[in-house]
Amino acid sequence: MATGQDIPPDMEPVYQYPESLTSRFTHYCPGCTHGVIHRLIAEVIDELGIRERTVGVAPVGCAVLAYDYFNLDFCEAAHGRAPAMATGIKRVSPDTVVFTYQGDGDLAAIGTAEIIHAANRGELITTIFVNNAIYGMTGGQMAPTTLPGQVTTSSPGGRDVRMAGWPIKMAELIGVLPGAAYVTRQAVLDVPGIRRAKQAIRLAFRVQLAGLGFSMVEILSTCNTNWGLSPLEALEWAKAHMVPYYPLGDTKVADAVRALMEQA
Amino acid sequence: MARELWEGNMAIAEAAVRAGLEAFFGYPITPQTEILEYLSRRLPELGRVFLQAESEVASINMVYGAACAGARVMTSSSSPGISLMQEGFSYIACSEVPAVVVNLMRGGPGLGNVAPSQGDYFQAVKMAGHGDFHPIVLAPGSIQEAIDLTILAFDLADRYRTLAMIVADGSLGQMMEPAEMPPMRPVRPPGERPPWALTGARGRLPNVITSLYLAEEDLEQVNLRLQAKLRRIAANEVRWKEYATDDAELLIVAFGTVGRICQTVVREARAKGLKAGLLRPVTLWPFPSTRIAELAARVRGMLVVEMNAGQMLEDVRLAVEARCPVRFYGRLGGMIPLPDEILPQLEAMDAEV
Ligand SMILES: Cc1ncc(C[n+]2csc(CCOP(=O)(O)OP(=O)(O)O)c2C)c(N)n1
Repeated sequence: MATGQDIPPDMEPVYQYPESLTSRFTHYCPGCTHGVIHRLIAEVIDELGIRERTVGVAPVGCAVLAYDYFNLDFCEAAHGRAPAMATGIKRVSPDTVVFTYQGDGDLAAIGTAEIIHAANRGELITTIFVNNAIYGMTGGQMAPTTLPGQVTTSSPGGRDVRMAGWPIKMAELIGVLPGAAYVTRQAVLDVPGIRRAKQAIRLAFRVQLAGLGFSMVEILSTCNTNWGLSPLEALEWAKAHMVPYYPLGDTKVADAVRALMEQA
Repeated sequence: MARELWEGNMAIAEAAVRAGLEAFFGYPITPQTEILEYLSRRLPELGRVFLQAESEVASINMVYGAACAGARVMTSSSSPGISLMQEGFSYIACSEVPAVVVNLMRGGPGLGNVAPSQGDYFQAVKMAGHGDFHPIVLAPGSIQEAIDLTILAFDLADRYRTLAMIVADGSLGQMMEPAEMPPMRPVRPPGERPPWALTGARGRLPNVITSLYLAEEDLEQVNLRLQAKLRRIAANEVRWKEYATDDAELLIVAFGTVGRICQTVVREARAKGLKAGLLRPVTLWPFPSTRIAELAARVRGMLVVEMNAGQMLEDVRLAVEARCPVRFYGRLGGMIPLPDEILPQLEAMDAEV
């Protein structure tokens, strides 16, 4: 762990690894936003002082090895089943803080039933949903979130909505469920967005700690490798194409959450 | 404790409670829904966890999560639901967390029917999911044995950190018999979860539970460890019951309630002067192969009787290694083989071998 121990006594650390992250190199592609999102979660867990009671659930997807990068108790779920696994953990250990970290194939295709029912039961878990409009790990196939006309390895002519349906807006879908207390869509495409995303993640964990219900932060993300773009082009592409289809902002803020927001 | 009249499903549910069950996750399916219904009342009244999941896929992954957290946990289902859980079984086996699954088998394939069957023998014993693993498979023949094996299933799952499965044909869940419940065991307090459990990394390095090993060398090592564990289980946990085998010349091999029916067959055969005996495997995995091989050297022939098209038959043949003739009689589709159909099979074998 990087703890700042190499820093000379007359200097003060101004930036370092959060305690909730390990210092292992990640396997993520250069330019991928998974690393940014990992860091935001780790900072929030540190700041809330909950590292020693937090359990993470990794998905099947590019973040399958997330447990190598978080300095937390962790498990790795079957594809799409992280919300069910998190439910099992939380129900038998209500004092732990449980979060799932899921991609769009994991959460919005194979695991649609699990996320909807976990949210609808108001499970006291937090879901970080990384929407990169593609299946990253398996090499860039069409995801349920792939945009109309978007070319992927399994939609070579571009997503044809007459055949493949429309991209699913999960934050809106989950937001209407009574068990969901806080649902929001954020993006990590520029610094102000990253800051807002962190605030949202923080609130989502606080909602869980306060026992208010299910919380989810959908995060618009990039997959420059499978989009065939440079990292910077990918950020621009996401702003130009994803943000208009997937509007940023809260889709659900329960009254109790509003009260919590006013507290701090 | 006194003997009371218990319905099989409720007996299994109550035995699980007595064994210290902390959480149940399940989905309704005939002929075992009474387990879920019973626990939906019983567990909350004891301050324990009951949750009706959205599917068997969700149930088994909730079980997986609760097991990772170190809780004593169980699900139950019947054949189609068990098929849906198989990916989860494989993850649980590879991750080496303890869990108990009950399968009250119904007629198949497909949606089949809700009548009793033993058609899931292969699924439980040979291929409970993808990859190389076996759950411990326990097959009760009576309600008392269902109670005892439920308790044992939790203990074995814990001891070996693996999946333990109770399989019975659906009739066992529906019938009633006098049986004795063991006393209530205390539930392990959350503060006493096993050291590997995911409880939050307080004052220790993080615990990680995964079934992913990307490097071939690593996954081979994991598999070798799992295989070594399976060999330990096979060496220590084989269980079976014998009936009139001392001087038997014709041996019936049957499990579960069919084993019980065949006790009647043995009695009737003996009344007719036929020296018949019965071996009833109690663990289907590990299988009592050694004992069957010993008996194969002594008897004139064996008759395997099942409520399927001949599944355990293959394991009997593997154990016998052609030391004696092995015949088969089975009924399908939820039909129950009765003594007056089985006895002529035994008599025919007596005439031929
Ligand atoms: C049951 C099952 N089906 C399919 C797969 C193959 N698979 C692995 S990752 C993945 C897609 C993941 O995409 P996503 O959730 O969008 O995450 P990303 O990789 O983009 O971060 C698929 C289909 C699997 N591991 N298990």
